[in-house]
Amino acid sequence: MSNSGTKTEPPPAPAVRRGPLARLSPGDGTGALLKRAAATGGLVAVAIAIALIKSGSGLVVWQSVVTGLLMGGLYGLIAMGLTLIFGVLDIVNFAHGALLAIAMFIAFGVVQGTGLHPYLTLLVAVPALFLIGAVVHRGLLSGTGGASLENQLLITLGLSLLLENGLLMFFGAEPKNVALPGDFQFSLFGAVVSGARLYAFLGAIAIGALLFWLLRRTRFGTAIRAVAANGPGAELVGVNVRRVHTLTFAIGTACAGAAAVLAAPLVTVTPTLGEQFNITAFVVVVLGGMGNVAGALVGGLLIGLVEQLTTIYMDGQSSLLGVFAVFLIVLFLRPQGLFGRRS
Amino acid sequence: MSPTAGTAAGTALDVAGVGKDFRGLRALSDVDFRVGEGEILGIIGPNGAGKTTLFNVICGALRPDAGRVVFGGRDITGASPDRIARAGMVRTFQLMRPFGSMSVLENVSLAAQHRRQSRHGLRKRSLDVVERVGLGEWAHCGATELPTAGLKRLELARALAMRPKVLLLDEVLAGLVPAEREPVLDLLAALREEDGTTLLFIEHIMAAVMRLSDRVLVLDQGRVLAAGSAEEVTSDPRVIEAYLGEEPGGDDD
Amino acid sequence: MTGTTGITLTGRPGAGAARPVKAPPLRPQNRQLAVLAVLLLVAVPLPLVLPPAQGAVAVRILIFALMAVGWNVMSGFGGMFSFGHAAFFGLGAYTSAYLLVEHNVSPWIGMLAGMAVAAAVAVVIGYFAFRYRLQGAYFALATFAFAEMLRLIVTTTEFTNKAVGFTVPLIRGSSLWKIQFAADSPAYFWIALGLAGLAALVSILFLHSRTGRYVTAIRDDEPAAASLGTPVMRYKLMTVALSAAITAVAGAFYTQYYLFVNPDLAFGSSVSIQAIATVVIGGIGTIWGPIVGAIILGSLSDVTATLLRTPPGFLDFLQGRSGLDVAVYAVLLILIVRLLPKGIVGTIAARWRR
Repeated sequence: MSNSGTKTEPPPAPAVRRGPLARLSPGDGTGALLKRAAATGGLVAVAIAIALIKSGSGLVVWQSVVTGLLMGGLYGLIAMGLTLIFGVLDIVNFAHGALLAIAMFIAFGVVQGTGLHPYLTLLVAVPALFLIGAVVHRGLLSGTGGASLENQLLITLGLSLLLENGLLMFFGAEPKNVALPGDFQFSLFGAVVSGARLYAFLGAIAIGALLFWLLRRTRFGTAIRAVAANGPGAELVGVNVRRVHTLTFAIGTACAGAAAVLAAPLVTVTPTLGEQFNITAFVVVVLGGMGNVAGALVGGLLIGLVEQLTTIYMDGQSSLLGVFAVFLIVLFLRPQGLFGRRS
Repeated sequence: MSPTAGTAAGTALDVAGVGKDFRGLRALSDVDFRVGEGEILGIIGPNGAGKTTLFNVICGALRPDAGRVVFGGRDITGASPDRIARAGMVRTFQLMRPFGSMSVLENVSLAAQHRRQSRHGLRKRSLDVVERVGLGEWAHCGATELPTAGLKRLELARALAMRPKVLLLDEVLAGLVPAEREPVLDLLAALREEDGTTLLFIEHIMAAVMRLSDRVLVLDQGRVLAAGSAEEVTSDPRVIEAYLGEEPGGDDD
Repeated sequence: MTGTTGITLTGRPGAGAARPVKAPPLRPQNRQLAVLAVLLLVAVPLPLVLPPAQGAVAVRILIFALMAVGWNVMSGFGGMFSFGHAAFFGLGAYTSAYLLVEHNVSPWIGMLAGMAVAAAVAVVIGYFAFRYRLQGAYFALATFAFAEMLRLIVTTTEFTNKAVGFTVPLIRGSSLWKIQFAADSPAYFWIALGLAGLAALVSILFLHSRTGRYVTAIRDDEPAAASLGTPVMRYKLMTVALSAAITAVAGAFYTQYYLFVNPDLAFGSSVSIQAIATVVIGGIGTIWGPIVGAIILGSLSDVTATLLRTPPGFLDFLQGRSGLDVAVYAVLLILIVRLLPKGIVGTIAARWRR
């Protein structure tokens, strides 16, 4: 599937592969980025304006915007893990959503079993997912058997089926709830916001910031970025590429774990719940630019908005329809994503 | 500058003011030359001079940002690679690109089957071409079983099977030991003599360039640095300067 | 044509050197057609021999085989990895169901109409995907998104009965024209066998046709194929259309056999996954892989279903639970990809050639 007829003599471009985690390195073209951000902002403004006209109620639209952005933070966190894995390992992880479902069931199980506060299950779910991620990478995805893109797709697809149906076998299909003790609601300029939603959003942003700090400010983060930019080169300067791969996969999975715990009080927990999150996360990843961690957060917020606005635009349609429409438009017109630079 | 065609016959290929940028980096700028029918044009230049990019633009793999490519009197700028190939201008790749799941003969007959013909005729023609490049014994081998020299010839055989009017060769000699180069050079010379094929070839091996070319085009940093006979060009001080630090006779990269 | 200059190629050791190679005695196409004929002959009396429950399994295997052959044309022969074949299965199912339920059109006509609709949609999707040069993961995700969008649209459209779907109206007695027979009639098996056999025949002829050779070349190396004059876009679109049409047949027959179709059964991502897993397990890009994969997965789901009905002691806790069948085939899928990436048929064929 290579398209490298044009690549036999590469253009005299920098030898280092650009794109994955590109926004993490000091970038050129800040002007172009600003222009795109402005264009995106303009589109969002227009979309909101149309929603206002369509619904005729400022409050309805405002509620949608607030709900969309709050949910979008969670999507961003989920997508950050997915995009990190893609940027560093070039793996499109179809099992990300199923792993998220596993984490939710861990949270559910711990809350049921010990009566722990749901958010405290982060202490269990995140390390557990980190470990699962490491095992999955070492066991299934590293080495020659997991080399080609198709094989990785198939392995992660198989894994997601296995995990989902494993959950189905052990927990059954009945939906479960994780209640947040002392949950409350408040009005934000007229929009109703539940505490759980706000906490989830704030938690997602905080964890996202932590991830960003890890990538930008630590030696390990530097190693990750080096591997993402140029694996063989990183190896030459003494980075253990295989270990970085495993740890990156584990960190990406742990992000899904954290997001699962934060989202657990907001959703009904079912074995197949990961599917929808997975789809949405893919859209966010492509929107933000495959491999672009900061882009994933912005993409998450945008997709949260798109979901909510879709229900205003198209009465009775699933909110996912709008998400897919945006997805295909981005795939065709700007496959490098809004903020990506991979050509 | 517009070096005119060396032969009296018509113009086979006219490249006029072609430019190509890659993300702001200029790969080709204002490249301008003509090739007469039956002419053999050598293209040389340091690594990264834009030689392969030029081929990509001529053959439609890349669309130029400026300029025109006229082939046999028709403007083919921006036409798709397959249409250009069917029109009679065929290129080979620097890196060998066999169809891995097919035999040598199948690789070649794929290229030969664009013209309507009987199954028998197709097979005969394909076998002829395979013989002609010296792969007769390997005809039924899987293409990936060939050694490097064989793959180079397969690349050539596929192009020949198209019966090109203009053939663009991207370093056909690279990776061959000197003893393997001679027969290929003979074959190329015979192509012009017997079939009247026009040849453009990118080559690093100066001996081959000197021997085969009617004219030589020197590219440097995406521009035409000089054009003329092999002797003129190699004694041009600008060319020598461009090659400083790089050995023009260097084998391959 | 020319006095060739007596070039001889000096073979290098280890590169399969100077082995005297003759043209194969029987052209692969004829060999494959012969095998297909034998397989069909062996299969025809099966429903008279098998117990009724196994007859249902056999029909399911044939439906899997149809889907798999369809997917394999595009993704195996053509190298365009589709994650959204549910779209074409669903279009086949819904077109025929709609025509039958609303306009009383024979499912045979409906099947043809479904093939046409699926092929047309495939060409549109393919055109955009190729025009914008989507590749690898992007291509897979785009096909997936198209299928999901169709599912969502069908689920919310009045015209397609929203989430309810269509139920095939029952008729008195049986009718070949309406593809309706007694539930345990061998006719279902024979029709499915005929359709699957036809699909396999088409895929063999396609692979060895002029078009098929171009498609293979494009899969192996697209720029090289283009540089040899192959009209890449046209052949890719032809491949995609053929693949979609075959898959649509599976959908149309499915509806007739199970008498019922809804958005999830027709357009759900599990349909796409089923097609992929079948071929990958059997052997991607091979003629027989889809068939072998279908036999394995079809019988596997039967075995697990039996196991769940009367579980042995250590699996007692699974009684009445669902999920085991898919979990088992997920494991099988992972194992095959890790250990036999060419699939069962592909691996055997590679060994055979040595």
